[in-house]
Amino acid sequence: MASQLDRLESRSIYIFREAFNSIDKLAMLWSLGKDSNVMMWLAKKAFFGHVPFPVAHVDTGKKFPEMYAFRDEYVKEWDLNLVLRDCPPVEEMDPSLPPAARSAARKTAGLKGLLAEQGYTGLIAGIRRDEEGTRAKERVFSPRGTDAEWDVRNQPPELWDQYNTAVPPGAHLRIHPLLHWTEIDIWRYIEREGVPVVDLYFAKDGKRYRSLGDQDITSPVKSEAADIAAIIAELEATREPERAGRAMDHEAEDAFERLRADGYM
Amino acid sequence: MSSQNRERLPVVIVGHVDHGKSTLVGRLFHDTGSLPDGRLEAIQEMCTRRGMPFEWAFLTDALQGERDQGVTIDTSHVWFKTDKRDYVLIDAPGHKEFLRNMVTGAAQADAALLLIDAAEGVREQSRRHGYLLHLLGISQVIVVINKIDRVGHDRERIAEIETDYTRYLSELGVIPRFVIPISARDGDNVVERSRHTPWYGGPTIVEALDHFEPAAAPPDLPLRLPVQDVYKFDDRRIIAGRIEAGILRPGDEVLFSPSNKTARVKTLEAWNASSPIEATAGDSVGITLDEQLFVERGDVISHIERAPIESDVFRARLFWLPREPMEVGNRYTMKLHTTEVPVTVQSIDKVIDATSLDSGGGTVVQQNAVAEVVLRADRLLALDSYITCPMTGGFVLVHAYRIIGGGNLSMEGYPDQRAMVSVKSTNITAVDHAVSGEERAQRTGHRGGVIWFTGLSGAGKSTIAQATARALFQRGYQVYVLDGDNVRGGLNANLGFSPEDRAENIRRVGEAAALFADAGVLVITAFISPYRADRDRARAAAERLLGEDAFQEIHIEADLATCEARDPKGLYKRARSGEIRDFTGVSAPYEAPDKPDLVIDTGGNAVDQCVDEVLAYVDSHYSARK
Repeated sequence: MASQLDRLESRSIYIFREAFNSIDKLAMLWSLGKDSNVMMWLAKKAFFGHVPFPVAHVDTGKKFPEMYAFRDEYVKEWDLNLVLRDCPPVEEMDPSLPPAARSAARKTAGLKGLLAEQGYTGLIAGIRRDEEGTRAKERVFSPRGTDAEWDVRNQPPELWDQYNTAVPPGAHLRIHPLLHWTEIDIWRYIEREGVPVVDLYFAKDGKRYRSLGDQDITSPVKSEAADIAAIIAELEATREPERAGRAMDHEAEDAFERLRADGYM
Repeated sequence: MSSQNRERLPVVIVGHVDHGKSTLVGRLFHDTGSLPDGRLEAIQEMCTRRGMPFEWAFLTDALQGERDQGVTIDTSHVWFKTDKRDYVLIDAPGHKEFLRNMVTGAAQADAALLLIDAAEGVREQSRRHGYLLHLLGISQVIVVINKIDRVGHDRERIAEIETDYTRYLSELGVIPRFVIPISARDGDNVVERSRHTPWYGGPTIVEALDHFEPAAAPPDLPLRLPVQDVYKFDDRRIIAGRIEAGILRPGDEVLFSPSNKTARVKTLEAWNASSPIEATAGDSVGITLDEQLFVERGDVISHIERAPIESDVFRARLFWLPREPMEVGNRYTMKLHTTEVPVTVQSIDKVIDATSLDSGGGTVVQQNAVAEVVLRADRLLALDSYITCPMTGGFVLVHAYRIIGGGNLSMEGYPDQRAMVSVKSTNITAVDHAVSGEERAQRTGHRGGVIWFTGLSGAGKSTIAQATARALFQRGYQVYVLDGDNVRGGLNANLGFSPEDRAENIRRVGEAAALFADAGVLVITAFISPYRADRDRARAAAERLLGEDAFQEIHIEADLATCEARDPKGLYKRARSGEIRDFTGVSAPYEAPDKPDLVIDTGGNAVDQCVDEVLAYVDSHYSARK
């Protein structure tokens, strides 16, 4: 009998193949985190060892050195067509945003630059519903307006595995192949498949990173989990939310929603 | 069972706005200890800041707009677990304006909790949501009567609502697993048994959830693998798709529909894993074949036996979401498994009021209504009736980049056209005739052709056919009438009146008529021939042998009431009494011609006048002495 992981995997593969078939200018966002890497792995499963679209890293320049080293290694290992895009300085961001959200907004701006430059009509992103309240309301194929905005009050219906795959002129679609996965699913899949991840996730000196972002707005959590099995055991017991260490989620009630409505992942 | 293999069951919570769906989700979370640390405090703080009483709903109402207005706008997913299994709880909005989001949430669920406010009782969306669950194929339902504190935990009031609502559900064929009285706000009968309902002996919400079963594809369904894509990334040519039903193994001989090609499966492909020895429903697979076939997205792979239906016309029961109404003649894009095809609304047969279950006719389907319609696709599709195979019998309609409706297919009254398009003999070579059509026309003074009458029983097809034949004969035409009397007794004696047999009946008449015409005869056919696809094939048969203009489609038209009043053979009376089943116009469809070559109105005109019109038309088209 197929396991729960098999079911999750099969559905993600289905989503990848729908996106690849229906969208002409398709790219995948690679943030170098655990979810991104699982997503890459699923793409290789969907396309039998190939990743048949560009992989974009929107680089804030403030990631951990371990993440850049990981990127350079796996671009070769996985034979990826990597597209790099940097982000404008924080001074150019909306000053009404709280500090961490303002810093994170650089990534939205970089993303918009990437879209303008490359003309992508579909971007695959590794968000999950269990991460955060507005992501819990996302669609698998989620339309973005001509300025990448998310019209959250007017999302289209999405039924069974029939998606809104047509792209209006000037707009683009976000495709979310991991939307139905949970954090613990990700780690169980990493364990089963041997998906490589950055070492920062594993505890050193009583701390580990549970979620990875920019160095200055991401903090580690207390943990003794030094390998995958220990992380899974920790997650089975914890009541601490995954993004507790991501400052931009917690500064104001609506900060993250505002980021996302403007085009953030 | 290892935790990795725990079942995960998606359950949707639906019901009228403000009946307490989001509150129940919050309560379930809190009382099962599933809330992340700090969440409760954060919600409390938020409520204080907003100067309002504590609301559990803030747990899933993550959008500012939702909190500001105290109403759920979009559906949300949250995870929690019991000792038995993991759950994905899908909170769906109850406001009428957000029905599209309710449907989006419910379509992902295997089971549902239907919430009703004990004080307000059954309301409009309580009923509509019940109906939509039924249409979405969710049969596992628990009815939850919430806010029992508001009616003083009154047993009689609760029983009243239970009777009212279960009667409605039973008309849909839905029998709720349990009816549970709760107070989500106070936590009564959610996780802990309530001390206010000593008379209630059933399970709490959490206990009841564990009685649901994950929806699984019935194991005895035939193989259905819709082609999603064909990849040629390396030296392999891989056909990719997800198995929606059945089992596939390397070595299987498979059929592609509607292209009707066959091949043998060589391998099941996989990356970073050994080649699977079989694949079953739910598996995303890639296969290679033993020969190179041209295969496209939208083809359905099956075994040779138990293949899907092929048709370009079908009934649909659907829900309609946009503000703009659906009207007859409108065109949309239909997505069915991996096929995408333009469809036309051919007829709207029933518009159902989901709140009263009253159904009436109608020419338009308004927003949020449910209707039974007939759709015609621009080409032949491979499909299944929803009741036979839900995975290849459910569809959505798309317009202006958005999904705007969805529903289920039924073939009731319509034939499988597979037999009509299958060519079983392959080693055929064309014969050169020693006598040409021109030579025949020179001798008879007219070309051969097929004059195809179509119309309801009693419209006057046979009467006009015979009178026209007599008049043409007198003008020197070689003419012959084909009708039920001379084909049903012999050529088609082995056919009955099922949709498939009717279609085959017309196929043979069409082929026979084409041969008569090729022999130089002018043939008049007098059959109801209710299906457009069948008549199109008869036209193709004649044009294949004789070229363009060989076939004239004449609609012998009189409305149903007129035909029924005439009822020359007493057939309508027998059909109305139920003695004859599948009677065209009464209990089986009649598809009027889209663009007939000629329309003869027998309702308003005398027979002589009708015959004169046909005569003039035929003479101008087929006479060789111009």
